[in-house]
Amino acid sequence: MTTAAAVAPSPVLEVRGLSVSIGRHDLLHDLTFTVGRGERVGLIGESGSGKSLTSLAVLGLLPEGARATGSVRLAGVTHDVVGASERAMASVRGNDVSMVFQEPMTALNPTMRVGAQVAETILVHAGRGKRPGADRAAVRQRVVALLDQVGLPAPAELARAYPHQLSGGQRQRVVVAIALANDPELLVCDEPTTALDVTVQAKVLDLIVRGVEARRSAMLFITHDLPVVATVCERVLVMYGGRIVEAGPVAEVFTRPRHRYTEGLLGASDLEGARPGKPLTTIPGTVPPAGAFPEGCVFRTRCRHATAECAAPPPWSSADPGHGHACVHPAGGER
Amino acid sequence: MSAQPAGPIDPTRVAGQPRVRRRPGPSLVVGGSIVAAVVLMALLSFVWTPHDPTLVNAAARLRDVGDPEHWLGTDKFGRDVLSQVLVGARTTLFVGVVAVGVAGLLGVPLGVVAAMAPRWVGETLMRAMDLLLAFPALLLAIMFSAVYGGSTLVAMIAIGIATVPSFARIVRSGALQVLSTEYVLAARAAGRRSWGIGLRHVLPNVSSLVIVQASVAFAIAVLAEAALSFLGYGTPPPTPSWGRMLQESQELLFSAPRLAFVPGLAIAVAVLGFNLLGDGLRDRYDPRLEDRR
Amino acid sequence: MLLHLVRRTAILVASLAVSSVVVFGFMVLLPGDPARVALGVNASEEAVGRLRAEFGLDRPLVEQYASWVSGLLRFDLGRSYVSQVEIAPQILHRLQVTLWLVVCAMLVALVIAVPMGTLMAVRHRRPSGFLLSALSQVGVAVPAFLAGILLITVFAVRLGWLPANGWTPPNEDPAQFLRQLVLPVLSLGLVQGAVLTRYVRSSVLDVQREDYIRTARAKGLGPFRALWRHGFRNAAVPVVTVLALQLSTLLIGAVVVERVFVIPGLGSLLLDQVSNRDLVFVQDIVMLLVVAVLLVNFLVDVLYVVIDPRLRAGHS
Repeated sequence: MTTAAAVAPSPVLEVRGLSVSIGRHDLLHDLTFTVGRGERVGLIGESGSGKSLTSLAVLGLLPEGARATGSVRLAGVTHDVVGASERAMASVRGNDVSMVFQEPMTALNPTMRVGAQVAETILVHAGRGKRPGADRAAVRQRVVALLDQVGLPAPAELARAYPHQLSGGQRQRVVVAIALANDPELLVCDEPTTALDVTVQAKVLDLIVRGVEARRSAMLFITHDLPVVATVCERVLVMYGGRIVEAGPVAEVFTRPRHRYTEGLLGASDLEGARPGKPLTTIPGTVPPAGAFPEGCVFRTRCRHATAECAAPPPWSSADPGHGHACVHPAGGER
Repeated sequence: MSAQPAGPIDPTRVAGQPRVRRRPGPSLVVGGSIVAAVVLMALLSFVWTPHDPTLVNAAARLRDVGDPEHWLGTDKFGRDVLSQVLVGARTTLFVGVVAVGVAGLLGVPLGVVAAMAPRWVGETLMRAMDLLLAFPALLLAIMFSAVYGGSTLVAMIAIGIATVPSFARIVRSGALQVLSTEYVLAARAAGRRSWGIGLRHVLPNVSSLVIVQASVAFAIAVLAEAALSFLGYGTPPPTPSWGRMLQESQELLFSAPRLAFVPGLAIAVAVLGFNLLGDGLRDRYDPRLEDRR
Repeated sequence: MLLHLVRRTAILVASLAVSSVVVFGFMVLLPGDPARVALGVNASEEAVGRLRAEFGLDRPLVEQYASWVSGLLRFDLGRSYVSQVEIAPQILHRLQVTLWLVVCAMLVALVIAVPMGTLMAVRHRRPSGFLLSALSQVGVAVPAFLAGILLITVFAVRLGWLPANGWTPPNEDPAQFLRQLVLPVLSLGLVQGAVLTRYVRSSVLDVQREDYIRTARAKGLGPFRALWRHGFRNAAVPVVTVLALQLSTLLIGAVVVERVFVIPGLGSLLLDQVSNRDLVFVQDIVMLLVVAVLLVNFLVDVLYVVIDPRLRAGHS
């Protein structure tokens, strides 16, 4: 199973055969994908498909009790994230790879000034490896500059504020500033705008993209909002039931989906906006709870095209280079 | 002999996701067994004890544990320790039941009223409860004893009153949650009076909190009773009581420390039992506190 | 912030006023005449009358209450009816002894509870965490006086390392003072530590699940460092509350433990005066204990403001 993406020679993130289980439940199954240098990759799927767990696995922040196998390699990091010690991972997180979380209201420590929380990211990694040692005044300047970059008004004063004094959008900007503070090679965003007001979403999204572009960082962008993926990302991975069921360039996957799940997802969100006379389609049923996905094709219990063949695990097939899917009855075969 | 199909997942189970009734946790099992054992000891003491627990027998003084006639030995007066422990369980439970009863009968209505009454009434009541917390059970019991002299009744009432705030607080916070639900709003909209809402909706929904609290309060009552008897303000002699057995053992610590171990173990195990039972019940009733997976 | 302080101070003053009425009223309820109790049944009516006049017992209750409270405020508690000694210096003297016990026990409890509770929380899914948790449950179930008796049988009776009881003032013989302090402090502190450990555990468990701890880990802080830098303040709030509530438990625990170890502290004084039926004395000691508890609760409320910036801005 490969996504055979013909991207830059050495990818920033290379995930091979990653499986994660908690107790008897297999939550992620044999994931393999890469994110190239400076590439922006979307990870889409309904809630419960394993997107967030994938993002946590990339940072080695899996919940307690979770077991991971396979391999997660990051550019510039000599060890594998899977099985790495806490000490080894601590120097990687916030430095080579960092993360923007979904919930800005709780992601910041309520008892600490936001400036100090941004500065902490810089100080933690100061003096480690290639980074220079800490100089208080310089760090303070950098914090203010970062807060300014993420579009916060009066950054010098705002650095002295506590999280409860900021709005949700402002807090998320602070979270973005923390994530970008050390110019990471890879930024992982887990639904960074879902919890925000609609009017604020576009602005925060824009500043994330500009921040990533300015640093030539790569981005793994997790969302269930397909229009966002269409505008932000170059490539997209579709997840269902802890598996990648389709992968390819955004333009291709969104215009010519092959996997029946992708097709359903696109039909349900209707990228071009509602056209009169064309009803929105839905995917029948709901996502089963963890561990209750069927054998073979994980989607077959909800798929109209499922046949007896689907009881066996579907092979990965790619029609075009860089665009692959795991479906025995792909859509658009006639096209 | 597994009747479970070992094959692929049964699709009907996937769709319905039936909530499996969880098995009781270890706290509940261990705590429940200990409490049941203490209750059985107390009940047994009504119909049978190896000897008369208050019988002074100069010929059988200070027998050791394992004596064929006195399994747990005898004290300095030759009284049978096992018999005293059995009857002591009765004393302990009696004090606990009455004290927790007093606390519940006062605390639960106070909590409900504090939740449903106008804000200032509720606040005032809760401040009063805070104030009562500054008088721990033992201090209250000592004060009562100073005035009325030490007795079982005084001990029970003092411990009960000191435990009222814990009931009132828990019931109030539970009641406030219930009162903010939609079904209470619906009942209000249907024109039900507030006392009707209190009886029909609030009380049944806080009952699990009350049961958990009662178990924890029982443990506190057992501790307080033991301490009071130890100080000589609890159950007066000759009625056997674990706390007083400990007190009497103190002068013999150098020669017969077992006289302290036996009642000490009884107190600690009983308290452990009620605490575990409370924990176990809380886990069962309040899934929010349960550790997921 | 100022509003919070004013509110808290008002509550403190009201609580003190109400509790003084309660304590005073309680002792007035005593069946019989304190003067008669003090002098014994054989005393003449005149002698009882003189004593009543001397201590103002013939005045109206409101007046008696007022003079008691004004005495409390000046810490002039008058003389005992029974022994005729000055009450205030006695209480002060005994209080020093009890404070040694309570403060040292509190420190022992903290030293046990903070690392143990944190460890239990961090390891709560592993056997070691379960074992520690079971151990703390057993600790909670042992009352301080029982712990004292057990410690005496082990360290004084069996091993003979430490004295079984007694008290020596620290300025007289510091070594003996310390030797005699160890067992009573341990019996109070171990038990209190077990209770506190459970609160620390649940508090740390709660904080561990917070998103901002995950943020801190994503920044590159190790699990313990993230907990230390970001969890400590947040976990401290409930723990400090319990610590304050435990002060009353400790003071009362000291009453019993002083009895076990024959220590001349405030608790022994209280119990002695109860058996002497010296009600004025009892009333004063009880009031002092209550004032101590209320004051500490007040200080804790003020401390919250320092810990949690959300309170400073007047958010609740």
